[in-house]
Amino acid sequence: MSLLDYFKSKKKPNTAVTAKERLQIIVAHQRGERDAPDYFPQMKQEIIEVIKKYVHIDSDQVSVQLDQNDDKLSVLELNVTLPEEK
Amino acid sequence: MTQIIVVTSGKGGVGKTTSSAAIATGLALKGHKTVVVDFDIGLRNLDLIMGCERRVVYDFVNVINGEANLNQALIKDKRCPNLFVLPASQTRDKDALTKEGVGRVLDDLAKDFEFIICDSPAGIETGAMMALYFADIAIVTTNPEVSSVRDSDRILGMLQSKSKRAEQSLEPVKEFLLLTRYSPSRVTTGEMLSVEDVEEILAIPLIGVIPESQAVLKASNSGVPVIMDQESDAGKAYSDSVDRLLGEELPLRFVTEEKKGFLKRIFGS
Ligand SMILES: Nc1ncnc2c1ncn2[C@@H]1O[C@H](COP(=O)(O)OP(=O)(O)OP(=O)(O)O)[C@@H](O)[C@H]1O
Ligand SMILES: [Mg+2]
Repeated sequence: MSLLDYFKSKKKPNTAVTAKERLQIIVAHQRGERDAPDYFPQMKQEIIEVIKKYVHIDSDQVSVQLDQNDDKLSVLELNVTLPEEK
Repeated sequence: MTQIIVVTSGKGGVGKTTSSAAIATGLALKGHKTVVVDFDIGLRNLDLIMGCERRVVYDFVNVINGEANLNQALIKDKRCPNLFVLPASQTRDKDALTKEGVGRVLDDLAKDFEFIICDSPAGIETGAMMALYFADIAIVTTNPEVSSVRDSDRILGMLQSKSKRAEQSLEPVKEFLLLTRYSPSRVTTGEMLSVEDVEEILAIPLIGVIPESQAVLKASNSGVPVIMDQESDAGKAYSDSVDRLLGEELPLRFVTEEKKGFLKRIFGS
């Protein structure tokens, strides 16, 4: 590290923290899908299509997630960000 | 009992082949009869890293197809009496590896060897799946970088659902994290995920941290696994990892920034 870098590094934003936060979200998501039944991706796609028939949204405004709370109970969580009424 | 160890990652270029060569050599140096198998069909490279590229006659696919027997295909390492290499073939046939064929070859190897190290290709296609299917232990090679960590997590998912142990509801594959190309100074400046960050995200036990090191290129240039270079930080870090694999408990080395003198800081290194 040169003298210049040495002083610059004091102000550098900590991108490792951002990386960690992003990874925690994506990995939690991945793990949710991992335990999901085989029909899940298809069902998720169809649910999104149905919503799109009625409301104008992008696919990334819908989150369909399966949470395994314990052995006996799993929860299907559906989150839709509806567009503001014009 | 033979242990089948897959060195895997999902993402390409993170150091699987470097690590497979180092770990296999390390185990052999410790007196364990070891074979390292290249599963990267079509992109053979392990032979170069092991320095035996000019001695390849028959390969893994020849053995599967019955065109050669194991003794003809196995290359005995010149430096280490307990070490053998089974090279990959350069065929472009994607279906050269079958579960049945790979299983048969691994069974044969298990009669003779204590450790079978499987150097996985990148990705999640046939080659990578074959390399991990029969594993008892997985060394998930990861760089401290977002795409590598995410891919490692995907590979963990595969190990837990698509391996033989998962399919047959046996005891799960033992998963270990090997963090490679680690740069303590960049962690200090907040530019790189730390060991603790990656451990926390992947939530599997750590088997070693290999620093980013010039010794690795030097080793591959000369076809000598970097673990043979015991002067180097990477060589020592791989030795520690092998010892941990064999059950020893050792503190991590090369994970904190070397203290540089004031002058070195000013004039750069
Ligand atoms: N600790 C390290 N320090 C510096 N360079 C490294 C280190 N580990 C690996 N490399 C370099 O990274 C590159 C990729 O390494 P390697 O071939 O082992 O990766 P790989 O995971 O087997 O790749 P592929 O997915 O293509 O099979 C090589 O050029 C190697 O020299
Ligand atoms: Mg490789």
